[in-house]
Amino acid sequence: MTTSNNSMKSTFWRGFRNGLPFILVVAPFGTLFGVAATEAGMDILQVMSFSVLVIAGAAQFSALTLLIEDAPTVIILLTSLAVNLRMAMYSAALVPHFGKLRTRLKLLISYFLVDQAYAMGIKEYDANPEQPIENKVAYFFGIMLATAPFWYISTYLGAALGASIPEAFSLDFAVPICFIALIAPMLRTIPHIITAFVSVALALSLAWVPYSLGLIIAAILAMMSGAYAELKLGVENDT
Amino acid sequence: MIPDPGKIWPVIIAMAVGTFFIRYSFLGLLGDRELPAWFLRHLRYVGVAVLPGLIAPLILWPQATGGTPDLARILAAAVAVGIGIWKKSVIGTVVFGIGTLYLVQYLNG
Repeated sequence: MTTSNNSMKSTFWRGFRNGLPFILVVAPFGTLFGVAATEAGMDILQVMSFSVLVIAGAAQFSALTLLIEDAPTVIILLTSLAVNLRMAMYSAALVPHFGKLRTRLKLLISYFLVDQAYAMGIKEYDANPEQPIENKVAYFFGIMLATAPFWYISTYLGAALGASIPEAFSLDFAVPICFIALIAPMLRTIPHIITAFVSVALALSLAWVPYSLGLIIAAILAMMSGAYAELKLGVENDT
Repeated sequence: MIPDPGKIWPVIIAMAVGTFFIRYSFLGLLGDRELPAWFLRHLRYVGVAVLPGLIAPLILWPQATGGTPDLARILAAAVAVGIGIWKKSVIGTVVFGIGTLYLVQYLNG
């Protein structure tokens, strides 16, 4: 009992240490989201609710951008939730490891199922699939303790700061720059690059389509061209 | 600015619920089932299909200039893309991107 408790504790702290470098990713995004959302007119409760209830940077920035563009609510939701669809893949990949847990723990893990936690967790579980399920859970929450609080805190600091930054700093541009920082590491393979290229080209040429529908059309066609390119090129792919 | 603040709460709530159910989908509801290969192949490209198209107009036709293309912003975006692909560092991308914007704005007076 004591031994398994000890190994659980040490696994938790190993997850925590392995999660710490993600602060460098999470803190700037959180801060910039807080700043950008506040500048766009959201109050602190709205900004914090966004980061605490949704915890998904890219989708939050998408929603914010489309809110500013006054897109219809349905379009905002379709687009932003599409950005989060990748998490269904994470959810499926974790079933072999967490499928037998109590519902309450699965609910909690699902809430925290962000990119960083998934990437680190799955690496650990695939390398060492036979370890006890308690250790896998401990590792996951170790990563989360190292990252989630910084997401909340940095959002808050950004929101508190946002109101006091003068317009001369061109912070409207923080959002596109943040997106670029998010997208650039995604361009790992030729199909990904093709997808991004088609997305940009079509989004620009369909910008005239009302209700921001042009973006949805562009995204669907870009996604199909990426999948098609992968099929033709036979690219061996990670997520 | 967000022209219609009435949309903010519905968007937050619906995204919170929707995102949670996406995360909970297989773990809690669908369980261990094979996803068809064609479906996964498309799912892999959703993010990179949506995000570049979302920001391209913001870079080319920025709100701050009333939609007129602005050299400083285009150069800043190009530098950010370069640094992002090369260094894969979030802070580096943001610092060099915003830095380029300020530098060009300063040089242009």
